[in-house]
Amino acid sequence: MRDSVQRWLMSIPMAAVVMLAFVAGSRAEGVVGQSQPWQMNFQTAFSPVMEKVHDFHTMLLVIITGIVLLVLGILTYVILRFNAKRNPVPSKTAHNTLLEFAWTVVPVLILVVIAIPSIKLLYFANKAVEPDMTLKVTAHQWYWSYNYPDHGDFAFDSIPVPTDDLKPGQPRLLAVDNPVVVPVGANVQVLINSDDVIHNWAVPSLGLKKDALPGRINETWFRADKEGVFYGMCSELCGVNHYFMPIEVRAVSKEAFGAWVEKAKEEFAANGRRSVDVANNGASVR
Amino acid sequence: MAYGAAAAHGEHHDHHPTGWKRWVYSTNHKDIGTMYIVLSLIAALVGGLMSWYIRLELAEPGLQHITDTQFYNVLVTAHGFIMVFFVVMPAMIGGFGNWFVPLMIGAPDMAFPRMNNISFWLTAAGFVLLMLSAVVGDGPGTGWTVYPPLSSVAFHPGPSVDFGILALHVAGAGSILGAINLIVTIFNMRAPGMTMHRMPLFVWSILVTAFLLVLALPVLAGALTMLLTDRNFGTHFYEVAGGGDPLLWQHLFWFFGHPEVYIIILPAFGIISQIVSTFSKKPVFGYLGMAYAMVAIGVVGFVVWAHHMYTSGITVNSRAYFTVATLIIAVPTGIKIFSWLATMWGGSIEFKVPMMYAIGFIWLFVLGGVTGVVLANAGIDFALHDTYYVVAHFHYVMAIAAIFAMFAAWYYWIGKMAGKQYPEGMAKLQFWVFFIGVNVLFFPQHFLGLAGMPRRIPDYPDVYAGWNMVSSVGAAITAVGTLMFFLVMFYTYRAGRPVSVANPWGEGATTLEWTVPSPAPFHTHEEMPVIAGGAHGHGGHGHGQMRPAE
Repeated sequence: MRDSVQRWLMSIPMAAVVMLAFVAGSRAEGVVGQSQPWQMNFQTAFSPVMEKVHDFHTMLLVIITGIVLLVLGILTYVILRFNAKRNPVPSKTAHNTLLEFAWTVVPVLILVVIAIPSIKLLYFANKAVEPDMTLKVTAHQWYWSYNYPDHGDFAFDSIPVPTDDLKPGQPRLLAVDNPVVVPVGANVQVLINSDDVIHNWAVPSLGLKKDALPGRINETWFRADKEGVFYGMCSELCGVNHYFMPIEVRAVSKEAFGAWVEKAKEEFAANGRRSVDVANNGASVR
Repeated sequence: MAYGAAAAHGEHHDHHPTGWKRWVYSTNHKDIGTMYIVLSLIAALVGGLMSWYIRLELAEPGLQHITDTQFYNVLVTAHGFIMVFFVVMPAMIGGFGNWFVPLMIGAPDMAFPRMNNISFWLTAAGFVLLMLSAVVGDGPGTGWTVYPPLSSVAFHPGPSVDFGILALHVAGAGSILGAINLIVTIFNMRAPGMTMHRMPLFVWSILVTAFLLVLALPVLAGALTMLLTDRNFGTHFYEVAGGGDPLLWQHLFWFFGHPEVYIIILPAFGIISQIVSTFSKKPVFGYLGMAYAMVAIGVVGFVVWAHHMYTSGITVNSRAYFTVATLIIAVPTGIKIFSWLATMWGGSIEFKVPMMYAIGFIWLFVLGGVTGVVLANAGIDFALHDTYYVVAHFHYVMAIAAIFAMFAAWYYWIGKMAGKQYPEGMAKLQFWVFFIGVNVLFFPQHFLGLAGMPRRIPDYPDVYAGWNMVSSVGAAITAVGTLMFFLVMFYTYRAGRPVSVANPWGEGATTLEWTVPSPAPFHTHEEMPVIAGGAHGHGGHGHGQMRPAE
């Protein structure tokens, strides 16, 4: 109990450190795609899809705030003006065709204004037009494994780091032992599948969230616009450790990525080929 | 006013069975309605305690109070099931629907009184089964959506999920029977002159709700049956290995699940319309538009289900369709909001507690509604899907709004049901505590969701600590508000001021329930009231919105 209170209190200065690192952009590591303490809006966008989501959300926020303020304004006026003290004799008006027509048609127009950019964004976010590489993601209770079919088809598991083993700078419930590594600026096609129950591969700052289903390959895409590390969490209830199934994506320079691929090929080859071939996975599920 | 004499006459026949037989064997719509409300109150305490326990765990990062995360998932699941199936539905449809539909349309009772009895007892049995599901084995940790394969026998062995399935089957059967009863009653037992277009909006709302129940619940029943046979009899409806598809469940579940949220909120619309009209002392503005807006919401509500599945991998074209269809729902709901405002406009508003709750409802519903407009867009929903933004959205628009409507209804009708009036000052204080509590509880969850905090997790990254603590403080305030409601209720029954008149609310209360004595006698409308618009010189007994032209 005392531990948790301490942790809660500590989270404030700790978060400040994270924020500082974030602001400074700590040159070696790049940016950090993560929420900040007391954050009230989306995480900073580091992919084209998430940037468009930000823009669209800003527009929606203006519209919905306007609607809420309009209703609040009318409500306040009505309460002040038409209370029994100030208006002892109620009117008997129960119809106004023009007014009823207006509050049917005006919302329709607003919805059209919303729907057009909404549909555009939907199709933009759907899939990469010209993917530079493919990343296969396979979900398991309760970790992810990744496969690089374009780079020698090596695969590895990405296991969450238990709280006691965290290194300085690694956030609790978000860090993994082997993060996904991608080259910065590359359009990455992501193919997602599950080995058991339904999970969801989500990285907020990259605009990623797609269900991982058994027997089905889902597709999404992203492009990390900056070098850095981007955190996410499983976003579909998947059992007892659902809360502790993080996703860590690292975007590095093309050169660093090449070097990492060479190293990974050797390192993960030693582990033996894991059954993360997405296409064949469905059949192996119970 | 031939009717008043009829009511007085009716008291001669006010014999009824006593003791436990009065309740267990009851065929009386008022007694059954009361039992539904009592069941709802008990379930609300259980479901509420679960949510406060959840918020206690979430007050700070780390696992402190609930270290067994399966148990956490069970709490989340049971909280959802209980609140939806055993708090809101019984209170709104079984409780207030049973009590006031016959009274409002001038019928002596429901069309099928014995079926009414079995509807209630099936619902009560469902609640018991659901409680058992949590204590046999490890409990169902699947969320109320029960998605396979997590809910399959491979990942939830043991009888818990089966108990949950049976609970929903039994409660669902009870709801279907209740809905059939309401539809038949409303279509066949309206008093002479009570045309469809003169029915109070509460009756309209219950009628639309009953149709949604009859159409949606069998789909859930079918889906649940397939899950049951998958789990126990070797079928593979949802099992990939046998050629099944877990997405089939999601489609069937949400084909039921989306109408279900309107099943919860439509009766609330009806209640709020009655109350706003009564306390503004004005007929409801745009009566026909209000009635058919509910019909439209009911119809469109059946073709938007996959907006719960935007990240599941359905094709981009179907996501585009569901985006547009979902946005359209904003139009009839907008009509409702503006019509309530227009009803108040020019009124002579008395701010009694039911009216305060009605205004609170409008505020919550608008706030939850506009975030619904955001979530409708598949192009942005994936950034918010399965985060606390969704939790905030549906608690505002459906859960807390429904609770506000239920409180409003209780304060509005308690004088008629119990013959005692609630204490105004105490109840006003209860309103403010509860109103502040729920907003402090749920508003920060929008921020958590935007910042990316997933729902259904017992522990979260430390950066989310701040708003979670605020939210939990809100939960504590809400708990105090809830406790105060139970105190107000207790006070009302023990020491409430007796209501001596048929209509304590005055000129604004024009519906038929205010023409029978308070408390409503065991049998009412034994002689049919005659509703003739305009014939009595003041719009007749019907609702204020009646027009002689009709």
